[in-house]
Amino acid sequence: MKSTPRSLNRLVLYMVAIFFAVLFLMPIYVMVNASITSFETVSVSTMWRLARTFSLSGFAAAWVGDPLQGFTGLGPYFLNSLIITIPAVVVSVFLGSINGYVFTHWKFPGSNLLFMLTLFGMFIPLQSILIPLVEIVRKVGLYGTRSGLSLCSAVYGIAITTLLFRSFYGTIPTSLIECARIDGAGFFKIYFRIALPLSLPALTVAVIWQFTQIWNGYLLAIVLTQRPEVQPITVGLLNMVGAHYVQWNIVMAGAFIATLPTLAIYVLVSRYFVKGIMSGAIKG
Amino acid sequence: MKEQTARYAFGRHWNRHRDRFYAVLSLLPSLVLIFVFVYLLIGWNTVIAFSKWHGLKTDLSFNGLKNFIELFQDARFQIGMRNMGVFALVFISGCIVLGFLLALLLDQGLKWEGFFRNLYIYPLAISLIVTGVVWRWLFTPGSEQTGWIGLNQLFDFVGLHFLKSGWHTSQSFGIVAVAIAATWQMSGYVMAMYLAAIRSIPVELKEAAVIDGASPSRYYLHIVIPLVRTTTVSAVVILGHIALRVFDLVAAMTGSGKGFITDVPAFYMWQTSFQGNRFNRGAAIALVLLVLISGLVIPYIARTYRTSDEQGG
Repeated sequence: MKSTPRSLNRLVLYMVAIFFAVLFLMPIYVMVNASITSFETVSVSTMWRLARTFSLSGFAAAWVGDPLQGFTGLGPYFLNSLIITIPAVVVSVFLGSINGYVFTHWKFPGSNLLFMLTLFGMFIPLQSILIPLVEIVRKVGLYGTRSGLSLCSAVYGIAITTLLFRSFYGTIPTSLIECARIDGAGFFKIYFRIALPLSLPALTVAVIWQFTQIWNGYLLAIVLTQRPEVQPITVGLLNMVGAHYVQWNIVMAGAFIATLPTLAIYVLVSRYFVKGIMSGAIKG
Repeated sequence: MKEQTARYAFGRHWNRHRDRFYAVLSLLPSLVLIFVFVYLLIGWNTVIAFSKWHGLKTDLSFNGLKNFIELFQDARFQIGMRNMGVFALVFISGCIVLGFLLALLLDQGLKWEGFFRNLYIYPLAISLIVTGVVWRWLFTPGSEQTGWIGLNQLFDFVGLHFLKSGWHTSQSFGIVAVAIAATWQMSGYVMAMYLAAIRSIPVELKEAAVIDGASPSRYYLHIVIPLVRTTTVSAVVILGHIALRVFDLVAAMTGSGKGFITDVPAFYMWQTSFQGNRFNRGAAIALVLLVLISGLVIPYIARTYRTSDEQGG
């Protein structure tokens, strides 16, 4: 008798939790549901109804394109995104790792000010540097290239990775580094033998976060590249959506393709993603 | 013997200096990049914002305050600033309230807590472009005659007729619809921040509150909310700077909309610079955004990360 209000309470809590779960899944449900069905049975007016046929024709069309409907396929864009994202992730994570190591264990007069100045780079609106950025990228001959876009994406990721690694290295006891120093290990030896191997969790968080951010990036891409041959998938998707006549299941399949890599990573290793946010390391 | 000690000391001294040199050296690439790509370009943008560069040919001659006077008198800019304000208000308060409530919910020791938590956060992994494309369809209103579509259809079906709206196509509602999609994307993130903060409250405090006879609601209201204040400040700063520079979502969902109902300065800046070649106006808008964001972020960075340099070795 006594437990009734309590279990009723629990029931309400679970109902609320499930309600929000449904709410958060709703857009993805609509996207996936429309993308896995054939054009004959799909319509915007029945978007909530569970797909009655199963067909991957939407994916095929979104991937290879359809000149009749006036859009190019996302396949090449997808490849471009990989080519742009992977080097940018490697560079920004590596630089952030070194910076975090120096800013925590090799402080020098003024180092904290330098850290704060670096951190500010994370918050600036890209708009405030876009016009001169185009000029400078043009001057060094990287305008309209994947490497130019990749380089810029890496640079604007340094601040967040530095913050992430600084937070992580702050949890490594200074005594550990001191001991290694007394034993005669130098700056690089301590980094490569102790700090870097210990930072594996932070490394994972940083790689996942940077991959997500750069893969999902859009503004730098439309300003620094013009030709579809070098543009990333976010641009490709909006080009496709903007085409005069494109079928609804193909649009949704395209959106699904564009988000698949980051979503898959999240589903596989959400543990690290969540851990990163919860440790307060990721802000931006 | 004495000489050996001296040499040893000298060696260690030299090692320390060498290591410090390496430390600064390895920071150098990042510092140069940040200096050039952030500070130099901001300076350059400032020059452009005060220049006569209006058209394809670069013209950096000084134009005084004229660009800014014209900008603030510009109707599109005024509408955009107002939209940005509404967006920020809805988005920030939405994320804070929803994030906090979800954190409280998950703090009740539910089964499958990890499952629910991951589910509430996953939108963060999705591109704002994809979010915009999908939500644009969810928000497509339809009509009485042709049949309701998307959310309106859903509301119609469950009998919540008063919730039907023109969403992003509506004159009065427009930008709020964009803010709702943004809230969907970011509230799980705020939840994770609050959850971490609530979990770091010492158990003794909760026990003491229970012994003192405080009800759960009093415990949350009088103990938890004040204790997570710094988290709230962080969340407001982070969400605030996102709100001021929101671009992708607007570009994917609506563009500037009919009569600029969903226009924001960040979008105006891009359009006027890169489609209209009005570089001085674009740079001026960018500078306004930068000043607003700096006012929000610089005090936060200074307060959060200011530790004395002397502590370090």
